[in-house]
Amino acid sequence: MNTPIPRWLIGLTAVVYFFLHLPVLVLVVFSFNDSKFSVDWRGFTLQWYQRLWERPDILRGLKASLIVGSAATVISAVLGTLLALALARQRFRGRRALEGFLFVPIVTPEIVTGISLLLLFALLKFPLGLTTITIAHVAFCISFVVIVVLARLQGMDENLEEAAMILGADEITTFWKITVPQLWPGILSGALLAFTMSFDDFVITSFVSGPGSSTLPIVVYGMVRKNVEPSINAISTIILFATAILIYLADRLARAK
Amino acid sequence: MGAFRERALAWLYSRPEARAWALLAPAGFWLVAFFLVPLLIMFVYSLMPRGIYGGVEPGFTLAHYTRFFDPLYLQVLQRTFAWSIACTVICLVLGYPVAYVIARSRRWRTLLLFLVVLPFWTSFLVRTFAMIFLMRDTGLINSWMLKLSVIQEPLTILYTPFAVMTGLVYGFLPFMILPIYASLEKLDPSLHEAAEVLGARPLARFRRVTLPLSMPGVVAGSLLVFIPALGSFLTSDLLGGAKQVMIGNLVQNQFSSARNWPFGSAASFIVMALVLAAVMWYLRVKDAGARIEPAK
Repeated sequence: MNTPIPRWLIGLTAVVYFFLHLPVLVLVVFSFNDSKFSVDWRGFTLQWYQRLWERPDILRGLKASLIVGSAATVISAVLGTLLALALARQRFRGRRALEGFLFVPIVTPEIVTGISLLLLFALLKFPLGLTTITIAHVAFCISFVVIVVLARLQGMDENLEEAAMILGADEITTFWKITVPQLWPGILSGALLAFTMSFDDFVITSFVSGPGSSTLPIVVYGMVRKNVEPSINAISTIILFATAILIYLADRLARAK
Repeated sequence: MGAFRERALAWLYSRPEARAWALLAPAGFWLVAFFLVPLLIMFVYSLMPRGIYGGVEPGFTLAHYTRFFDPLYLQVLQRTFAWSIACTVICLVLGYPVAYVIARSRRWRTLLLFLVVLPFWTSFLVRTFAMIFLMRDTGLINSWMLKLSVIQEPLTILYTPFAVMTGLVYGFLPFMILPIYASLEKLDPSLHEAAEVLGARPLARFRRVTLPLSMPGVVAGSLLVFIPALGSFLTSDLLGGAKQVMIGNLVQNQFSSARNWPFGSAASFIVMALVLAAVMWYLRVKDAGARIEPAK
């Protein structure tokens, strides 16, 4: 490994990085551009951000996204953690099969998940709305939570739990006093990932949302289709920074001791 | 409360498998009821005659599958398949060198890795819009090229196959880079040195040592790009317009304007079957790779 990396490889790598990041960077920069139609730079402005507050559909979308995101996060974090505990600590028939099955929601194309859920809700005559969106989001978030929590569980010292039991704590006390506190960063990290995915999801949501239950991505998609003004740049920038912060926190928690 | 707790504990101790079931039942129920069952319903629907106002009629038919032999739909299938393969190949060609540079770098590695992971967590919708912002007739690329007099009239970039392919590569390239990086990073440098000592030139060292040992990453990365490309919907929808339909758009269309649910279900089931076939292929290749790996 003493030979230096060839120049052309470094050049190609630089080009790829530009390709991966320049478009979003440009998008963010032009959210501050003081011109409605032009892509020339006409000076700095925050007016596109101010306009967002005047759009009731965006505020409603944001509210819907926050409601669905919180509900889906709490449910999938609880269910996912329990499942991870079962997989890591218990022996039962079909454990390997269940572990394999966890990856099915991850590899299934969103469009397939979306329409199959739509068929289910149509069959049950269940009205589409925030409830159905939440159900769908939990269904695709659980697997991710399980994987994150499982990783934490595998790095955990089981001796502590055993020690607690030997010292006379019963199983429930041990769970709350020993297991949960140690597992907490993993659970939170999984929960933040779940929230981010729920908050970002467009394809699945578009099939299971009904009239009046548009989440933020649905509203943004509508804006993109209609090509409306630099407000999309502004709302996109806000979404980008919000998710970046969440992911940063999730990463910090996942690495926490 | 205390009595309940005593009883719960007694119950847990009396049945060894009960604890496992209590833990996995809630999530298991959710995944079965809202993932597995819907997929089954979709499959059953794809075998039933079409209802007049959406939905299905009782009966059995294979018509929705045989309809894919119609040249119109065959073309959509072929296009989806060809584009997914092309996207995978382009991602491999662009991604491998990048993964290689990251794996060899020292000082910049953390930053370079972070910049590959970042797009994973950037809203796909926002990233696709970023492409539109650059590509449309009044977009940045056209306006700059006009200003620099490279072109006299705006080029049509958006709503072309080129736009869709660029969008697909842009969307899925990080999925290729990370697994290749992971397998290159694990590579034992002493193997490389051995090859060097034995007189292999740089190209031969790469071809006979580095490349074969990074194959697990190449295979995993290809799968991770191919699968989402196959089922992609947003990219072709927003960057391809009505002309560049992929199977994802076909499915969506059957559930919105065309109102042919069983046909949409059949198309969707074909996507799912292709994805599962790709996963099966991956698992077989992976197992074969594990078997020939040298013993420590």
